[in-house]
Amino acid sequence: MDKIPILRMGAFLLVTIQVDLYDRLALNLEADLVQMVNKTSAKGVLIDISAVSIVDSFMGRIIGNIASMSKILDAETVVVGMQPAVAITLIELGLPLKGVHTALDVEKGMNLLKSMIDDFDDDDQEVDDDGFIAE
Amino acid sequence: MVLSLSKDSIMVLREQDVVLLRNRIKEVAVKIKMGLVNQTRLITAASELLRNMLRYADGGQCLIEVVSRGRENGIRLTFSDKGPGIPDIALAMRDGYSTGKSLGLGLPGTKRLVNEFDIKSKVGEGTTVTILKWANG
Amino acid sequence: MSFNTKQLLQKKKKNILELWMKNQLADESLREDLISNEELRSQSEELINALVGNLTDENFEDLNSDKWGPVIEILGGISITRARQGFSPRETGNFVFSLKEALFQVLQEEISDPSVLFQESLKINRLMDNLSVVTFETFIKGREEVILRQTDEITEISTPVIRVWDGILALPIIGTLDSARTQIVMENLLQEIVETGSSIAILDISGVPAVDSLVAQHLIKTVSATRLMGAECIISGIRPEIAQTVVHLGIDLSNIITKASLASALAYAFKVMRLEVRKVGTIHKS
Repeated sequence: MDKIPILRMGAFLLVTIQVDLYDRLALNLEADLVQMVNKTSAKGVLIDISAVSIVDSFMGRIIGNIASMSKILDAETVVVGMQPAVAITLIELGLPLKGVHTALDVEKGMNLLKSMIDDFDDDDQEVDDDGFIAE
Repeated sequence: MVLSLSKDSIMVLREQDVVLLRNRIKEVAVKIKMGLVNQTRLITAASELLRNMLRYADGGQCLIEVVSRGRENGIRLTFSDKGPGIPDIALAMRDGYSTGKSLGLGLPGTKRLVNEFDIKSKVGEGTTVTILKWANG
Repeated sequence: MSFNTKQLLQKKKKNILELWMKNQLADESLREDLISNEELRSQSEELINALVGNLTDENFEDLNSDKWGPVIEILGGISITRARQGFSPRETGNFVFSLKEALFQVLQEEISDPSVLFQESLKINRLMDNLSVVTFETFIKGREEVILRQTDEITEISTPVIRVWDGILALPIIGTLDSARTQIVMENLLQEIVETGSSIAILDISGVPAVDSLVAQHLIKTVSATRLMGAECIISGIRPEIAQTVVHLGIDLSNIITKASLASALAYAFKVMRLEVRKVGTIHKS
């Protein structure tokens, strides 16, 4: 069965969607991701959809679900790299993805996640590894 | 006057067929030089309708047509199934209405994405939805 | 009964041309500034030759016959050139109408029997009317092409996306914002956001004459799409009248960051990006 890989980067989980999703694949991703958030007690989820050319209402709903579920598990979700055509289509479809944070690219998304976590919990949970320390 | 230039029919029975069909529509759209945003709109709209077809009618048929009205070309898609049909089309076309567990954006959202939208349905016989998107419209 | 007309026209071709030219030159709508007399003459001669040359007994009656193809082509060509050169519809129409005059004059001189004259005039009349319609159709088509080209040019020039700062884009909108233009504005803006990696876009609407609920909807759509991509969109250049209409119409812009001027939008953008602009030499006290 096809699966979308979920990478762990410190306190964050990184998902890069490289293929056009069909429903089963998206549902699997939702389940896997929520499991992973729980298992790793991740503080943030970053979903890169820069390679996705179509997001319909089902996919939009999955993204919204992931954000809401992660939120309950105390993790923020940022969607990065949405294509202009996809953004326009989603708005016209009537799906503004309320409650989902967005950023232009992975780097900006990471910074956004970090700033959100800094804002919310000051009792520092060690942001390890050199890669993550803000400039 | 809208002329039909080419026709192509595809059966959709499984989820994986959706990806196949999207690619076919994409191919045709590129051929008639449809802009990227319009391509995305059309394929997203098709995706919504295909999902409805799979969920409520266990699949059906999709007809891809290249149409022309003088200077401009477009793509017309006709989705026909032999499902249970829609009892109240006006209600189904309303934002936020759904019998399944979806967001209820499928039909009204689809209509917003295309230039022409037509739906015919008979309870117990099936549903036919036709959408049309011009290359630059 | 058309035997004599066809032969007559062929025989009298020279006469008709002379009469036609005389009519055209006498007409006050003659545009010597746009077309020389020689050119006019060669155009007229070409049309008469085609007309008389393609005239047969059958197609004289049948106006949709393929035989008229060459005539219609020549006429269409003349008409479309005139549309582009800036002839008025009247001036273009007179080109064909004066030919009709000339044909009637010849018929009148040559046919003595009133009933035959009436019959043949009627046929000529029908034929020439049909050709006039063709003239107008192509004339309008020519004009439409000019308009379409201009529309394309206008949309092309009127949506420049400017990089005002590293990470800040500005897009001044001049003129009415309809759905077709919003489309182009939105696409250009979003594309530029991706290409430059800008996180703030300023949409300046000082040049937009009026904002109604439809325009507001377009603006909201653009802002929402920008947000989905992960950038922020500020609307600036809102004049007091526009603020008034927006509130009177009950349009909700509360989810959108709005600023009165481009300058204040830029200042806001700087603040968000934690940038500071100050006079050289002044010392920043934190």
